[in-house]
Amino acid sequence: MSNVLIVAEQHQGALRKATLHAVAAGRELAQRTGGKLHVALLGAGVKGLAAGLTRHGAEVHVADAAVLEKPVAEAHAPVVVAIAKATRATFVGAAATAYGKDLLPRAAALLDAGMATEVLSFGGDGAQVTFRRPMWAGNVLAEVEIASAVKVFTVRPTEFAASAPDAAGSVVDEPVSVDAGGLQTRHVSFEEVKSARPELTEARVIVSGGRGTKGDFKPIEALADLLGAAVGATRAAVDAGWVPNDMQVGQTGKVVAPELYIAAGISGAIQHLAGMKGSKIIVAVNKDEEAPVFQIADYGLVGDLFKVLPELGQKLAPK
Amino acid sequence: MALKVLVTAKRVEDPESKIKVRPDGGGIVTDGVNYKMNPFDEIAVEEALRLKEKHGGEVVVASIGGDRSVTEIRAALAMGADRGVLVKHDGPLDPVVVSALLAKVCEAEKPDLVILGKQSIDDDQNQAGQYLAARLGRPQATFASKKESLESEAEAKKEPGLRLGADGKTIQVVREIDGGIETLELRLPAVVTTDLRLNKPRFASLPGIMKAKKKPVQEIAATSLGVDLTPKVVLKKLAEPPARKGGVRVADVEELWKKLHDEAKAL
Repeated sequence: MSNVLIVAEQHQGALRKATLHAVAAGRELAQRTGGKLHVALLGAGVKGLAAGLTRHGAEVHVADAAVLEKPVAEAHAPVVVAIAKATRATFVGAAATAYGKDLLPRAAALLDAGMATEVLSFGGDGAQVTFRRPMWAGNVLAEVEIASAVKVFTVRPTEFAASAPDAAGSVVDEPVSVDAGGLQTRHVSFEEVKSARPELTEARVIVSGGRGTKGDFKPIEALADLLGAAVGATRAAVDAGWVPNDMQVGQTGKVVAPELYIAAGISGAIQHLAGMKGSKIIVAVNKDEEAPVFQIADYGLVGDLFKVLPELGQKLAPK
Repeated sequence: MALKVLVTAKRVEDPESKIKVRPDGGGIVTDGVNYKMNPFDEIAVEEALRLKEKHGGEVVVASIGGDRSVTEIRAALAMGADRGVLVKHDGPLDPVVVSALLAKVCEAEKPDLVILGKQSIDDDQNQAGQYLAARLGRPQATFASKKESLESEAEAKKEPGLRLGADGKTIQVVREIDGGIETLELRLPAVVTTDLRLNKPRFASLPGIMKAKKKPVQEIAATSLGVDLTPKVVLKKLAEPPARKGGVRVADVEELWKKLHDEAKAL
C-alpha cells in the first residue's frame, strides 16, 4: 500500500492551475500503487479551497496558519514532512512550479528521500514505479528509480491533463507547529507582474518574441490578443530587460506545449527549443533563412516579423 | 564584514555539444564531447567574487567528481577564487550524495554563505542547494536574480545582486518566481542558488590563469568523509526523445494562413 501525497499550491487565496495537473499525476500514481491519494494545502486563510480539492478523490490536509501565508520553503517544508509522515506517504509530489521546485527538495532532504524533478510520465507499478524525466536540456529522456523508502517528485504540468472534479474525498485540519520567531527567512516583498493574458503553461496558443523584435513586442502582443494567446519570450529578450522573466520559455524558464507556437524573431537556441519543442505546431518567422529554428518549425516563413505578424493579424480579423 | 563564501564548480558536458544516447541506453556517448564548468556555477563563482570585492573575505570553490574536475576548480581560481576543494569520487552521484558531501565540506569550512548553481545542465535536477540547506538547518533562497538587467550600469560595474545587510548578519536575495519577483532576507549562514540573470560571469584573465596554478587545491577522498555514497536516484535507461519531423517553408502570409487555417486547422 503506497500512499501518495500531492502538495497543492495556492497564491493569494486562489489555487494555482498547475496543482490540478499534479493532482492528476497523483491520481494516476495512486492507481498504479494501490495507495490512497492525499493532498496537502498550506497557507493562511485557505480553508475555503479544501472542498474543491476533495472532489478529486483526495483526503485534503489543510495546514492553515499565519506563518504559512508566504511560500517560504523554510516554513513550508517541515509542515509537508509532518503531513507526509502522518499519511504514511511513500510518494510525495507537486507541480514543477517555482514553489514546487524550491520546496520539495528541502522536504525530500528532511524525509531522507531521493527525488526526481520534472517527471513527464510514470512507468511500472507497485513498489517498482519508475519516473521518466528530461536530462541534458531535454535531449535525453531518462527512466529513473528512486531507491529510498519515500520517493519525492515534481511533475511537468503540461504532461498530465488536469484532474476533473469527479470524485469525493474528505478534509482534515492539520495543526501547524512552525515557530515564526525561529525562522531564519523573512519574506520582504513580492512584485507581481499581472497579465490579463493566459498563463504560458496553460495557453492553447503562444506568440513568442526574441532578439529580432529589437525590444518592440507590440506586434507580438497585438497578434496574441487577436488569438487570445499567451506571450512568450527568449532568454535574450528577458536578459535585455524588454520583458519580465516570467515570460521566458526555455530549458530553465517555462517549458510549454501549446497547440500552436509562433516564434517571431527567434533564432532557435538549443535552450529555447528545449522549452517549446513539445508544441503541436510550430511556426517560425525570421529574417534569417539559416536560423536553426526553421529546422524544427512545421511552417517556416522567412520574412520581417514587423510585416508578417500584422498581415497575419489582418487575416484573422480583417478590418 | 568579511564574508567567507563557498561556491560549487561542477564539471558538465558543454551545453553546445551534441548529446547522443549510447545504443545500449546505459549512458551518453562521451567521445568527442567537451566539458566545462556548469554555467549556473559560473554565475555562483562570479557572485562570490563580487561579494568579496565589495566586502572582503574569501571565496572557496568546491567540486565533487573524478580527477578531471580539478580543471573546473582551476577555472574558478583563475576567475579569482582563493582556494579549491576537490572531493574525489569516480562513481555515480546524485543530489542526495552531493549535498551530504558538501555538508561535510561546510562542517570543515564554516562558510557564511554557500552559493550553488540552481541546477546542473546535465541532470537538470535543481535539488542540491535545497538539500544542502535542509541538511545544514539553514535558510535557502533559490533562483537568485536581480532587478537590474544584465545590460544595466550596475551590472557593468560588477555590483553584486545579493545584498549584505548593514550588520553583516543577513543577506537579501531577489528571486525570479512564477508571476514576478520576490525578495527574501536570510540570516547567515545561508544557502543561495543562482539563476541566469544574477550576473554575467567574467572571463579569466591571463594573469588570473597564471595565478590559479599556484593557488592551493585540497583533495579529499569522498570515502573518507563518512557519508553513504550510494545514490538514491538510479538511472535505469536513457533514450532520445522522438525527433520532430521537418516542416515546410511558406512563401508568404497568404500561404501560412492557408496552411494554418485549412491544413492544420490551428487558426
